Amino acid sequence: MTEPDLADIWVYLSASPLLGLTMTLVAYLLAFRLYQRSGGSPMLNPVLVAVAMIILVLLVTGIPYRDYFDGAQFVHFLLGPATVALAVPLFQQLSRLRQLWLPVAIAIVSGVVFAAGSSIALAWLLGASTETQLSLAPKSATAPVAMGISETIGGLPSLTAVLVVVTGIVGAVLGTRLFQVCRIRDDSVRGIAMGVAAHGIGTARAFQVNNTMGAFSGLAMALSAFATALIVPWLVDLIGL
Amino acid sequence: MMFLNGITWLLVFQLAGEVAVRLLDWPVPGPVLGMLMLFIVLLVARQVPASLDTASTGLLAHLSLLFVPAGVGIMVHADRLLAEWLPIVAVLLVTTLLTMLFTAGVMLLASRWLAPGYQREGQSHD
Repeated sequence: MTEPDLADIWVYLSASPLLGLTMTLVAYLLAFRLYQRSGGSPMLNPVLVAVAMIILVLLVTGIPYRDYFDGAQFVHFLLGPATVALAVPLFQQLSRLRQLWLPVAIAIVSGVVFAAGSSIALAWLLGASTETQLSLAPKSATAPVAMGISETIGGLPSLTAVLVVVTGIVGAVLGTRLFQVCRIRDDSVRGIAMGVAAHGIGTARAFQVNNTMGAFSGLAMALSAFATALIVPWLVDLIGL
Repeated sequence: MMFLNGITWLLVFQLAGEVAVRLLDWPVPGPVLGMLMLFIVLLVARQVPASLDTASTGLLAHLSLLFVPAGVGIMVHADRLLAEWLPIVAVLLVTTLLTMLFTAGVMLLASRWLAPGYQREGQSHD
C-alpha cells in the first residue's frame, strides 16, 4: 500500500463537479447562519457573503471559474424551475390582485420601462460601451429572464447575470432603509417597488420584513419578469441601440 | 414523493415553455412562458395541488441560493468591470434605488385614484 497522495486527491477534487457544488451549498449555509446570527442585518446579505467567500477560495486555490461552474451549474439550473414556480404565489395572491390589479399593472409597466430606460440612459451618459449598456438594461428582472433578454438584444448574458445579482443585493441592502427615509409604509407599495427593482433577492428580503410585503414583492417580480421580456427588446429597438 | 411530483410538474412546464418559445420564435424566455402556462392551468383548476405547493415553496424559500453561482461569475468580468467601473457602479446604485422610488410613487398614486376602497395593510398587521 502506498500513502494516499494529497496531490492526487486534489487533482481528483479540482476536476470533479462535486467540489463546486458542495462549496456553493456550504458557503451559502455559512453565510445564511451568519446573517441570522446578526439578527438579519441587510449588510450581511447571504448572497453577497457567499459569493465573496467562494471567490476568495477560488482565488487562493487557483481553481478557474469554469471548473467551479461545472459543479455549481446544478444549483444555477434550478433558476428555471424556480421561475415557473412563481406561478404558485402569483395564483395564491389572486384575491389581493383582484382588488388592486389596475394600480399594480400601471406601477409594474411604468417601473419596468423606468428601470431599463434609466439604466441605458445613465450608462450611456457616463460613457459605457454599447455592450455594457445592453447588458445593464434588463438588470432588474430575475436572472434567467434577464439573461435571456440580454442575449436577444445583443448584451453579454453572463455579465447580465452578475449585474442582476448586484442589483438585487443593492435593493435588498438599501431598500428597506430607503422606504423608511421616504416614509413609505404601505406593505403593498413597498413590496411592489422591491419586486420590480430587485427581483428575487429583494423578495427574499421582503419576506423577512413580513409576509404581505413578501407576497407583493413576489407578485411584482413575476409580473415584471414577464413585462421586461415583452417591453425591453422593443424599447431597445425604439432607442436604436 | 410529494417533492418529486411537484418538481416534475415544474420541469414539464419549463420544457413546454422552452419548446413553445422556439416553435413560435418569441423573444420571451422559456421559463417565463412556462410560468404563464402554469398560472393559466391553476386558474382553470382553481387550486394548487399539494405536491406543487411543496416543491414551489421549497424552491422559492431558498431563491437567493440559486443566484450564488451567477454572482461568482463577477470574477470572469473583472477586466470589463475595472475598465467601466464608474458607469456600472453608478447605474447599479442610482437606477436601482430610483426605480424603487419611482415604482412606489406610481403605485401610491394609482392605488389612491383607482382603488380607493382597498383596505391598507400596514406593518402592524402581518
